[in-house]
Amino acid sequence: MPSLKDVSTKIVGVKKTSQITKAMNMVSAAKLRGAQQKMENFHPYAEKFNKTMANLSGGASGDYPLMEVRDVQAVEIVVVTSDRGLCGSFNSNIIRMAEKLAAKYEADGKKVSYVCIGKKGSNYFRKTGKMRKDYRDIMGTFQMFNAREIAQDIAANFEAGETDEVKVIYNHFRSVAKQEPTNLHLLPIKPVESEEEEGAAAGSSGDYIYEPSSEEIMTVLLPLYMNVMIYNSMLQIGAGEHAARMTAMDNATNACNDIVSELTMIYNKARQAAITGDLMDIVGGAEALKG
Amino acid sequence: MAETIELEVVTPSGPVVSENVDIVTAPGYAGVFGVLANHAPFLSTIKIGELAYKKDGKEFSLMVSGGFCEVSTNKITFIVESCEQGSDIDVDRALRAKERAEKRLAQSKGQQEKVNEARAQAALQRALARVRVAEKRSR
Repeated sequence: MPSLKDVSTKIVGVKKTSQITKAMNMVSAAKLRGAQQKMENFHPYAEKFNKTMANLSGGASGDYPLMEVRDVQAVEIVVVTSDRGLCGSFNSNIIRMAEKLAAKYEADGKKVSYVCIGKKGSNYFRKTGKMRKDYRDIMGTFQMFNAREIAQDIAANFEAGETDEVKVIYNHFRSVAKQEPTNLHLLPIKPVESEEEEGAAAGSSGDYIYEPSSEEIMTVLLPLYMNVMIYNSMLQIGAGEHAARMTAMDNATNACNDIVSELTMIYNKARQAAITGDLMDIVGGAEALKG
Repeated sequence: MAETIELEVVTPSGPVVSENVDIVTAPGYAGVFGVLANHAPFLSTIKIGELAYKKDGKEFSLMVSGGFCEVSTNKITFIVESCEQGSDIDVDRALRAKERAEKRLAQSKGQQEKVNEARAQAALQRALARVRVAEKRSR
């Protein structure tokens, strides 16, 4: 039986924890709004970009280093995670998916290397010794040029023949309540073909005036396409991290409240027992005096 | 009023301009080009420089950095990495950046590091474009 003092100390402690988790929940809610805004701002750019890309690749054909399909010997997995923890299973979902994928490739006898964006993934994969490069502490305030730097590095590695295929693993931001681990194919870039675009491309892109030639534009466009993909995955992680933390902290706050009410129950029971004991003593004493 | 063309400028940090304008001039791959209403479909890469457009007789000027532009069915879309309004440009900062880039270029002359030279060159271009756009605004 814990003493009254022990229980009341514990209640105070748990209440303080719940204050912290509640504060973190609210901070994440505020940050989520910013991150979501950033994501929405990027959307028109990505959309226009993909449309043009589809238009162009429908008409253009040729050999581009970034589209070169090779016999796959080595695979690079780009793992995008958050820099901070305390966001539930957000990062471990990504890591698990990346590991599964790596195991599959390795079972086929392919070499796997990792590039990690975000501290959590890099902390995990550095232990495996297969991490080629990591980018830490940029999730909070990244800009397009951060994504470009990463994309250039990955592209250079691909062009040098070090890797034959590049995949990106990140959490897709479906909604505030749901983020899905997603496996995105990055390199070699596949020509964009959707049936709807096919018709549009045939109709319009044939008449396009290209300046410079469509081939040269493609060589400019393809690295940009990588930037867009990587930047987008980083944005998704940025927003998803806060959403996941909001949920995790909300759960933690609820759990704290449950514990507090449980402990209060124990405290009251103990108090009641003590009072009863005291009363018995008094009554017993009074009886003894009477006699 | 003559016919207008729909101008749209989008950057990774959001759409900047979406207006019906009379004429657009932009720094393309082969030099500055102008686009009027009903232009033929056209696709070009965009260099760092000044994007100017005219609307109701008034001239507007923006600084754009690399990207590309697409003209189709009376609509011109710029997909660029960054775009700044003249009023947002800090001239002093741009001038400082220009000096810095020039110094770096002078240093890198004759050196093997082509990457740094290209970077300094781009920085210089950006600074020059900013100054040009900002000066236009002050007139």
